[in-house]
Formats: sequence, C-alpha cells, structure tokens
Amino acid sequence: MPVYNQSRSRTIKIIFIIVFLIIIIQLLNLQILSSEYKLQAESNAVYRKVIYPDRGIIYDRKKKAILENIIMYDLMVTPSEIKGTDTDTASLCTILGIDSAEFRKKIIACIVKNSSYKPSVFEPLLSQELYARLNENLYKFSGFYITERPVRAYPYHSAAHVLGYLGEVDTNFLKRHKGEGYESGDYAGMTGLERTYEKVLMGQRGVSRFIRDNKSRIQGPYKNGLIDTAPIAGRELYTSMDIELQQLAEKLLQNKIGGLVAINPKTGGILAMATGPTYDPNKLTGKERRKNFGALITDTARPLLNRAIKGQYPPGSTFKPMGALVALDEGIITPSYGYPCSGAYYACGRPVKCTHAWRGHAANLRLALANSCNAYFSNVFRMTIDNPAYPNAQAGYIKWKEYMNAFGLGVKLNTDIPGEDDGNIPDTAAYNKDFGGFARWNSCNILTLGIGQDRMLVTPLQMANVMCIIANKGYYYTPHFVDSIENENTADTSLINKYRIKHTVTHISDSSFEAVQLGMQDVTIYGTATIARIEGVNICAKTGTAQNPHGKNHSIFVAFAPREDPKIAIAVVIENAGYGATWAAPIASLMMEKYLKDSIAGAKRNAEVERISKADLIPPAIKNWYRVRDSLRLAKLQIDANAAPVFENNIETSKRVTYDPEAEPNRKDDKDSTSSKKDILKPEEKKIKKDTANHE
Amino acid sequence: MSSNYPQSVSKGIDWLVVWLYAILVTIGIVCIFMVEYRPDTTTVNSFFSGNTNYSKQILFTGICVIVATFIILSDSKLYTAFANLFYVFGLLLMIATFFIGKNINGSRSWIPLGSGFNLQPAELCKVFAALALAKYLSQTETDFTKLRSQIIAAAIAMVPALLSIFQNETGLAIVYAGFFIVMYREGLPGIILVIGFSLGVLVVATLVIAPNTLAIILTIIAALIIYILWRQIKRNRGILFTIMLIWAICVGIQRFAVPYMFNGVFQCYQSQRIYSMVGKDYDCSQNRHAQEETILGRSVIKPDDYNVRQSKIAIGSGGLLGKGFLNGTQTRGQYVPEQHTDFIFTSLGEAFGFAGSFVFLGLYLLLLFRIIRIAERQRSAFSRVYAYSVASILFLHIAINICMTVGLFPVIGIPLPLVSYGGSSLLTFTALIFILIRLDADRQMVLR
Repeated sequence: MPVYNQSRSRTIKIIFIIVFLIIIIQLLNLQILSSEYKLQAESNAVYRKVIYPDRGIIYDRKKKAILENIIMYDLMVTPSEIKGTDTDTASLCTILGIDSAEFRKKIIACIVKNSSYKPSVFEPLLSQELYARLNENLYKFSGFYITERPVRAYPYHSAAHVLGYLGEVDTNFLKRHKGEGYESGDYAGMTGLERTYEKVLMGQRGVSRFIRDNKSRIQGPYKNGLIDTAPIAGRELYTSMDIELQQLAEKLLQNKIGGLVAINPKTGGILAMATGPTYDPNKLTGKERRKNFGALITDTARPLLNRAIKGQYPPGSTFKPMGALVALDEGIITPSYGYPCSGAYYACGRPVKCTHAWRGHAANLRLALANSCNAYFSNVFRMTIDNPAYPNAQAGYIKWKEYMNAFGLGVKLNTDIPGEDDGNIPDTAAYNKDFGGFARWNSCNILTLGIGQDRMLVTPLQMANVMCIIANKGYYYTPHFVDSIENENTADTSLINKYRIKHTVTHISDSSFEAVQLGMQDVTIYGTATIARIEGVNICAKTGTAQNPHGKNHSIFVAFAPREDPKIAIAVVIENAGYGATWAAPIASLMMEKYLKDSIAGAKRNAEVERISKADLIPPAIKNWYRVRDSLRLAKLQIDANAAPVFENNIETSKRVTYDPEAEPNRKDDKDSTSSKKDILKPEEKKIKKDTANHE
Repeated sequence: MSSNYPQSVSKGIDWLVVWLYAILVTIGIVCIFMVEYRPDTTTVNSFFSGNTNYSKQILFTGICVIVATFIILSDSKLYTAFANLFYVFGLLLMIATFFIGKNINGSRSWIPLGSGFNLQPAELCKVFAALALAKYLSQTETDFTKLRSQIIAAAIAMVPALLSIFQNETGLAIVYAGFFIVMYREGLPGIILVIGFSLGVLVVATLVIAPNTLAIILTIIAALIIYILWRQIKRNRGILFTIMLIWAICVGIQRFAVPYMFNGVFQCYQSQRIYSMVGKDYDCSQNRHAQEETILGRSVIKPDDYNVRQSKIAIGSGGLLGKGFLNGTQTRGQYVPEQHTDFIFTSLGEAFGFAGSFVFLGLYLLLLFRIIRIAERQRSAFSRVYAYSVASILFLHIAINICMTVGLFPVIGIPLPLVSYGGSSLLTFTALIFILIRLDADRQMVLR
C-alpha cells in the first residue's frame, strides 16, 4: 500500500505547527503586546463605587457645632428593572404627586443620562413625610429604591457667608481638580470656609470595586475587596467664631445693607462676620436649593454678596486715627500739636467744613480725635504729604501709601474665606492720570484722603483689622476663622500657618499708639459716640460718616475694647443710614457688650437690640425693586411658573454680580464695570466732594 | 483471547492518548465551571445537581467513560465490518432531522432524546464518515491514484458535509474539509491543497483589496510569470495557455464568483461575519436573502462583531499569567456570549493567560502528533486512514474554534474538542479517539 507517501506525514505535521504558531502569535499579540484589551476589560467589568465619608463639622470657639450633617433620601430608579402594570406606576405617581406623562418624561431623562441599566436619581432629597410614605410602599415598585445622602444642616440658621455653601461640581471644577477623586455629580464647597478648607472637610473617599456583568448587575467584590479603600471622614474645623455673637450681629443687621466684622485682636481670630442682607444657609441645602439660589442671585440687594469682605466703602472719619499715627511716626506732629480750627479748613481754596467751630476743639491730638475735627486732620494729612524730608508731594504720598499698605489697606489681607476685595489706596499713577500728568497734583488736590474720602476705599474687614493694630499697639494677626484643624497634618499647617504669624506694622512707637488710643477713648466719653458707651468698659472708638453722592451717607463705626486689655475689635458699616453714631455705633456697642459681658444686661439695652433689629434702613430704590418683582411674579404665576433662573454656583458668578450701583453708590469696582467707575473718578465730582465734606 | 482477558484488554493501548483525553476533558469541566461559577450560589451540591452545565458535562463524561469502555472491550473487526453500515445509518439520521429535527439556534440539526437532551447526528456522522472513508481507501481494489477513486472518496466525505449545509450548520460542514488532509496523505495530488489554499488567499484578497486594483495586481503577476518563463513558453505554447487560463479564472473568481457567493449564497449575517474578520463592513442591502426578507417586510438584523470583540477582550485581558482561577472578570460578568460552548477558550485564556493558553495548545499539539505517530505505525491501511481522519477532524476543530475566538476566523459555531460543553460533541470525540485506541491496540492485525 502507499507507504511511499510517508513523507507527506511530515508535511501534515508542518501544516499543524504553522497553524498553531499563527494562533500563538495572535495570542501573544492579544495578551502581551496589546494593553488595549486589559483596559477595555476594566471598563467592561469593574464597577467603581465611591463611598462618601461624612463631611467635617465646623465648630465655634465654644465648641458648638455651627453646622452638622443630616441624612436625606434620594429616590433612585433603574429603568430596566421597572416591571408591573400602569396601575402600579400610577400609585407611585400619586404618592409623588406627578402625573404619568411627567413620570415617563423623568424615566426617559434617566435613560438618556445614565442608560437604563444604571441607577439614576429619580427624585432627589425627599421630604421626611414623602420618605415615610414611599418607604412603606416601595416593595410594590420594582426598580425603585431609596439611597441616603448626607446633606448639610445649620442649626443656628446663621453665618451663611462665612460657612459658604456646597454645590455640584461642574466640568471646569473637575478639570481644575483632576486626580483629587471628584466625579461629576459630587458636591464640593463653593464659597466660604467650605471652599477654603474643602480638602480638610471632604475627607477621603472610599472606593469599592465590584465585578459587574454584561447588564451592569453587580456580581461580587473585585479581587475580594483587597484593593478597596475605606472612606476616611472629613476632619473638624475649630473656629474662633462665637455663634451667639454671630446671631446677634445678623439680628442687628436685619433690614439693613452693610457689613460687620468683629475680631479678637490678640489672635486675629474673627468672632463674628455679618453682612446685610443675608440669608438662611438652610435655604441652600435640600430640595428647594435650586429655586432659592435663583431667587438669591437675582435679588437686587445682593444677599449672596459678603459685604464684610467685598463691600468697599470710603472710611470717612474712621480713617483719622491712622492719619494721626502716620504723622506721629513721621515726627510731623506731637500729641500736643493743635490746629486753630474755626469751623472749616480754608488752606486749599474751597473750605473743608468741620462740625465744631468753637476755639480749642482741636487744641491737641486727643481733643481733635474726640471731636473729629476735619480741619485738623486735613492739615495733618497735608503736612504728611508735604513732609520736607521728601523732595516732593509725590514722594510724600508714596511714603504715606506705604503706611497704608502696612496697615492692611489697599491690599488683600488673605483671610481664610475666599472672595476678599482689597479696597483702594490709589497709586500715584492714578492721580497722574486724573490730573493730566506726573506731579501735576499736590497735597491740596488729594486733601480729602486725610479724612477718609477721595478715592480711598476699605472693607469692613480691613477697618476691623486696623482697630486690631491700634489695640495691639502695632501688630496684627491676619484675620481668620479657623484656629485649628483636627489631627492637623503638614498640608494643613501650610494652609493655616499664615494665620499664626505676627505682622508688625512699621515700628510706630507705643507712645504714638497711646496718644491715639486716648483720643479714641474720649470719643465714647464726651466725643461723637457717647451712645456706644458700656458701663465699666473703656472703649476706644471712632465714628465715620462716609459721604455718598448717590444717597444718604454710610454710617460707619470702628472700635476696640477694653482699652487696657483689648479683647474685641469691631467695624460696622451700615449703608445709607446717616451718621456713624446713629446706627453703626449702637450696633457695635451691643456687640461688644455681648462679647465682653457674655450677655446684654438690662431691659433698656435689650429693648435697644429690638429697636435696631426692627429698624428698616433699606434704600427706597431697592424696596421699589422688590415691589416690582413681587407684582411681576404675581403676573408671571398666571403665565408660566416654570421659568427657573439659570443655576450657576461658583465664586466667579458671585464676583460678577457683586456690584450694584443702587446699593453701593460709592463702591469702586475692580475691573469689570467700567461705566459706573467713571462716575466716581471724574475730577468734577471731586470738587463736589470737597464741598460736601463730612462733618462730625 | 478470552483466557487472559484482563491483560489482553489493556495490551497495546496507547496510554498517552488516554491521559491526554482525560486531561483535556477535565480542563473542559474546569472551564465550564469557571463560566458558571457564582460565589453565592455555587456549592459542592451544584456539581451533582444536574442543573448546571458543568454538572451536566460531568454526567456526559460519565456516559462517555462507559461508551469508551465498551469501545475498548469491543472487537476492532466490528469497525471494519460495519463501517459502511454505520455510515448509511448516520446519513439516515441526518436526513431524519429534516422531519423530526428540533430547531436550536436556527438550525434543524438536533434530534430530541427526551428529558432535555438532544442529539446532533451531524456530530456523530464525522465518526461514521471517517470509518467509511477508511474502509473505502483500505479496499485492495481501490487504486487511489485514479481519478475515479479520488472522486468516490471525496464524495464519501462530502455528502454529510452537504447535508450539514442544508441543516444550516455551516461550521460542521467546514470540518469535513479535514478529510482532504487524509486523502492528501493517501496520495491525493498535493496541487489540490495548493489550489485550495490559493483560492482562500484569493477570496481574502478580494475582500480586502478594491476590485480593480486586485485585477491589475493579478495581471501584473501573470505578466511577470510569462516574462520569467519566456524560454519554456517559446518551446511549449501550452504553458502560456495555462497561465492565461489561470489568470482568467482568478479574475473571474474575484470579479464574479466571490460577489455572487456573498450576495447570493450566504445569508447577510454570514457575509458580515466574514467581512468583519478582515475588518470591513458588509452592505446587507446587496444581499439577495436580505432583499427577499425586506420585500416580505421583515427587517434583517445585521450582527455586529460583539462576540469577537468581547472574546478578544476576555482573552487579551488575561495577560501573561492570567487573572487566576475564578478571577476572570469578563467570564464572571458573562460578557462573552456562548462562552460555555463555542467560546470556552476565552475563559481559559482569561484565567490562565498566555502561559496557560500556550500549555493548553501544547497539549492539543501533543495529542495530534501522537495520533499521527500512531497512524504511521499501523500495518493496516484502514487504521492509518482512520487515524489520519481523527487527527484531521481534531485539527480543524481546534484551529477553527481557537482562530474564531482570537479573531482570525469568522464566527462559525463549532465546538472545541473535548473541552466545549455539549454531550453530542463530547461523545463524538470520545468515540473517535477510543475507536482509534482500539484499532491501535490491534495494530498487529491486518484489517480490511
């Protein structure tokens, strides 16, 4: 038989080997050379579940929790698992209070967003009552289940601007914080302490990996959970805030526009920071969040604007102690220096008027401060600028500006809540431009800077910080909220160490501070702010009435107490409220009493709290806006209730809307709104300013 | 013979093949277990409950052990004697499926046996065809150098293949092409294999290269050959004529035959699978079957390459050493369709990686080489032809199945021998291999 074909056996073997080799090469290619299939397998089969830790709690100085985490419930749905007849879904619709068309619309939205095999949120943040009703009946509705979601709650209903709010992260945020574990749908701190200390508060997310099948059903832990990480709860923040003082501040600022900052001068710890109008932070959690945010952001009174750090006001007479300090330090005046004011300052042409005309009301620095003599400080300012030690007024001005910046004016203090504005101490360049060239101006042209007017703008925070400097006789700690962080690590230290550095302001002598302090003490003894007096406490204070071409003057008051051992420094600005002594001073006084004596004593003082909190000082223009809005809303209700405003929650937004000419006519905006800026800057306007110089 | 019965039964048995058989069947059960393993429901009990595929496969293995024992105990003359009868019986069974067949996955090739078990005659027919071919080629009056004998032998191999095609089991039909390897060993001119291979290359080239470009390439090749062989052509005009004829046939195939096959003969999904193999998309609107369906108002679903993609992902994600036993994420997630049957190799490739796959393929190659060695040591032509049939059938199954899972061959449903889940398949290969072992044990006898 055909044994002669035996050689063909080898051919067949070779064919076998070749085919097997081809397979081996392809396997080599698939399994070893190409990494693509491993990645695809991961995305196929490994389901990464993020476990959210509890967010850190923020405490006040007495270890009271200013905010807490509560659990709310989301109704989730996996569309592919919905079974049952229309009657079943109909009863679910009845519980939720929607019709079947709406139901279908929502389900389709879920499928579009997340595919029908993955769970999506059907109804977020259920009310307690709805949760209870749903929980009883949920077994009837396959595909639906309820998940927990931790949400912030604010038991004291205050400190909204300090704490800030959480918001869903957007794509920009995700881009900026790549590799920090955020995913779309997460919440992160958008403003306030929540934003600054986001990394501390958020804790560390846990990740569990599961194997899922081709229909996204979980099959069990991936690698038996060996590479899973457990969530680490966010750490706690201990702040210097006094929540009761904060509540009082917010109560006193009710129905007013303005800002208030109280600082412990010894540490720089902010005790209270209030802005008016404000809002209840609980409004920006929970179900109504979107609606409330829309209402707040469109409100013309800007309740989302933290005027304590973003409101920029001319300091007016509250600037005078600083003018005195600079002159004393430069050796231009001594505490006994006097000015023969006879009711106005005439040396620069148009007179700068003064409240007092009697001889001797500015016989020395102490008297001039107590009586807030405009002529005296205009003169001192001119002497400072025209200091013979410097070649010209410009050089004198530059020196003066150096002092101002050292006082923390015209620069950001870098407190630990974001969005601070730096106020304005103009450059020589700005004046060169105003007056049409270098050195075309002299001390007379910028005279009203000496009484805290002209282009000078400061924030309430800066004013309070200046009070700290005077109280401490020459040093300050950057104002801040957070004193310490639970289990502080090196990264945290770099975050808060800057608040532990003592800043020494030039080297003004103690005797200079002494002299200014005495004058400021006299303000509350027989000067402009006797109303602010507290029994048994020596208060150093200064009133200010910032003139305002668009409306009533701003009422400003700065103070610290007690003089011998300063425990609190405070600045209060009430917009369009008249004299500093009328509204700002009593508010500051009540605040100081509350802090120093732990409570407000006596029926008379408590009645004062009620009187002030009920006083409505909102300018008529804004009230009119509310009236129009309410009537429009009423009309709109009949047309269409569903046009919700665009929801944007980031700090950029609030920056964009900070400026409102009605509410803050004197506000100089930084870059964006050029048109309104011009109003203030025109030289013609300056003349008017000089005419209507403030009197106290 | 009956006096020293126990000794004579085990005498001459090739234990290496038996061991390889046992190892491969065990690997098969392990792979099926990996596919179906669920940590929360899998218990020891589920191995014997008969509800899961692996427990069924264990049951099939038990049956196969009994069948194998019977085969070993049987007389090898039985197979030579009844070869033709078996063959006819097999053909009848296949024809019977057209009348009593059960439709599973679109092919009427199953005969229901009751209690959930079905028999696929086309599988068993491979054994019978191998026996019949062996019988025919070993007859003394057969002169395989003659064309007539070659045609008869081819017909024996191809009739079951044709029946398989009519049953819509294209995959099984392709396996019968393995018999050409056997016939090649027995003296079929080698040129036929070369032509077959060239045809394959031409078809793939047709799919990959644009028609006009390919025609130009073919013309250039023909011109080059004419130029090289110019001297011989001068002496013998016949060569020129042959070259021109081959060129014409090639262009004809490329231009007309292949498009006709894809548009007229194949179903839309088959064409698409072949096209997706070479990374192309098939336009189903050109397909005659699809057009008919559309006219009848039924939409034609074009398959995507989901199967192959997932299969490649599963195997590719195994890496060098694999994810480990029961740790395959793609297997656990049921991403690969038909993973316990045709795509069983994916669970092995994922769990044990390149190293495991390499060893596994090594086992198969060892088995194939061992069978060829057995074949060459036979004194009887019947045993030799049969042994080659076994080797060829196994080889085609292994090659096509694994090539399919790694994306080298279009998806056609043929099982991986001894490993894929399925009673018919396991039984067929058991019978194939143990008949060979029985014949080999009696290699001293001359069988006709």
